[in-house]
Amino acid sequence: MTARELKGIAASDGIAIGPAFCYAVPLLTIPTRTPEQPNVELARFQSAQEQARMELKGLRENVAARTRGDEFAAIFDAHEMMLDDPMLADKVGSKIQQGIIVEQAVADATQELASLLANMEDELFAARAADVQDVGRRVLRILLGLPDTALNSLQNPSIIIAQDLTPSDTARLDPALALGFCTALGGLTSHSAILARTLGLPAVVGLGASALASMKSGQMLVMDGGSGTLVVDPPEETLTRYRAIKREKEIRLEAIKASARTEACTANGRRVEVAANIGEVETAREAVEFGAEGVGLLRTEFLYLNETRAPDENKQYGIYKAIFDVMGQRPVIIRTLDIGGDKPPSYMPFPQEMNPFLGWRAIRMCMDDTPLFKTQLRAILRAAAGHNVRIMFPMIIGLDELMCARGTVAQAEAELREAGLPCAVNVPVGIMVETPAAAVLVDVLAEAADFFSLGTNDLTQYTLAVDRGNEKVAGLFQPLHPAVLRMIKMTIDGAHRKGKWVGMCGELAGMQKAIPILLGMGLDEFSMASRSIPLAKNLIGKFSDERARQVCEQALSLATAQEIEDYMKGVLAGLDA
Amino acid sequence: MIESKFTVTHKVGLHARPASLFVKQANKFTSRISVRNLTSGEEPVDAKSIISVLTLGVMQNHEILITAEGADEEVAVQALGELVKSNFGEA
Repeated sequence: MTARELKGIAASDGIAIGPAFCYAVPLLTIPTRTPEQPNVELARFQSAQEQARMELKGLRENVAARTRGDEFAAIFDAHEMMLDDPMLADKVGSKIQQGIIVEQAVADATQELASLLANMEDELFAARAADVQDVGRRVLRILLGLPDTALNSLQNPSIIIAQDLTPSDTARLDPALALGFCTALGGLTSHSAILARTLGLPAVVGLGASALASMKSGQMLVMDGGSGTLVVDPPEETLTRYRAIKREKEIRLEAIKASARTEACTANGRRVEVAANIGEVETAREAVEFGAEGVGLLRTEFLYLNETRAPDENKQYGIYKAIFDVMGQRPVIIRTLDIGGDKPPSYMPFPQEMNPFLGWRAIRMCMDDTPLFKTQLRAILRAAAGHNVRIMFPMIIGLDELMCARGTVAQAEAELREAGLPCAVNVPVGIMVETPAAAVLVDVLAEAADFFSLGTNDLTQYTLAVDRGNEKVAGLFQPLHPAVLRMIKMTIDGAHRKGKWVGMCGELAGMQKAIPILLGMGLDEFSMASRSIPLAKNLIGKFSDERARQVCEQALSLATAQEIEDYMKGVLAGLDA
Repeated sequence: MIESKFTVTHKVGLHARPASLFVKQANKFTSRISVRNLTSGEEPVDAKSIISVLTLGVMQNHEILITAEGADEEVAVQALGELVKSNFGEA
């Protein structure tokens, strides 16, 4: 037996190994019989409609329970609406009046309605034709007195091979028996692909009819939904390789799930917060999935860039609220607009500058354009009602700036209250520490800042006077440079002396080689890309505060970034030993 | 008879959840309600039929005309208009 490797569309990540179960959609043969009186035929349609409604409600509940939400269960909601669509009843009714038997009438009517949709130009709309057909088949199957699906005959854990799967088929797949599925048709956005991802079922779609035609039930298969690969009759070495990958993935997934439930603690039980840096609402969902305990940095630039005009208050409100809703009661730090002449939006007149990074940017620009700044603050305060939100200003270098920006927040709040609009009050206000000025002045700034967050990318750039975009000096951009580490320590010590907490939302916070040092300095919050969270939580749990302090002290005693890197490599290697 | 124009701002247009909500809302009224896609210029269709509403192919920023005729025509157009204007409750 020779192995055959097939390539399709990677629809849902995951590896499955097992025998094939070739599923052919049961043929629904329309009987040849003499039509009864129209009212009898019509009554049969109505009772089939009623049973279909019950089945759809059952499927809806089943999927909602398995996907912890209504989002995908809504597919069956839509099916129910199609079932009850007046167009369907009209078409079936008039065909029956013409002396056509109900089975034929349902088949023809749904086919006509499906082709109305299938002929539409937009792919998204055309894809709904499959839903109409699914509904039609359901009613016809009920009329023929057949059970819900032939997939019921699946008895051993198998990989399902099919021409295509309807959403109804996919939803009915028993996770204990269906290891995954591969289809000849379908695309990434088909309901089945979406459902597979939600149910965590590996799937490869669009393999092509000819590739699957020769396959037989019971043939050994290996499928990788992450790369869209299907191997038929795999040799032993392929099986071994995929078993290892599968195990590795499972372990990683377990680690992620475990960390999502646990709070980050040092080995001696001190709580530190591990949060996520996010932008849009999708990234908020990802943050929750990876176990973020909050958001340490919500960037707002995406709202302004790639637009033709500045987003108005309501638009911003809607987007912020959607993100806050995803995070629930977890703390969210939202940073006000941080743009400059290096990347100006098309609708904002930015002057040509010699040094955009030292120029009119971030809070400096916002303070000069009060309407723009206040619009954002109003949207934030409104969306923050009922949530745990904090506001953070970028690029602050002095107390006067901070007082002035806080004043604008107070004004925005007063305006909203006067207008009777619900909004959050007494929202904590903090600043990014990304300039040496802010680091050195942290005790002064603590007079008006409720918290601090170290932006290490810019802090490194400004402390070392190195443009990280410039290839010639990129090698000098060293976040573990002793000068940068001292800036960070100065900030943390200064803020703690004033009773204020300090977080970090720069890349350093998620770096394994930096985390022990930062822990030793007493950093209160680590905010990073969501995907780094599980490993960061894990690493934090391996260090006692005492040990972290020793590591930090040792690192700070070294003279160069290279020495610090080497030392940290040794510390991390020692953990695995 | 009452009719009114609205712009659909929702990013998926009258599709998926917005289309479902729209048709469900329309079905709450006894009036005959039709909807037309003014941007593409298609013929008006029954607002109570999900399949018909989908065939309009209303996408983001398309303008639609809602027409109602019957006992509750005024509230019907108002309620459907509110739904569209509220961006289908997604603000």
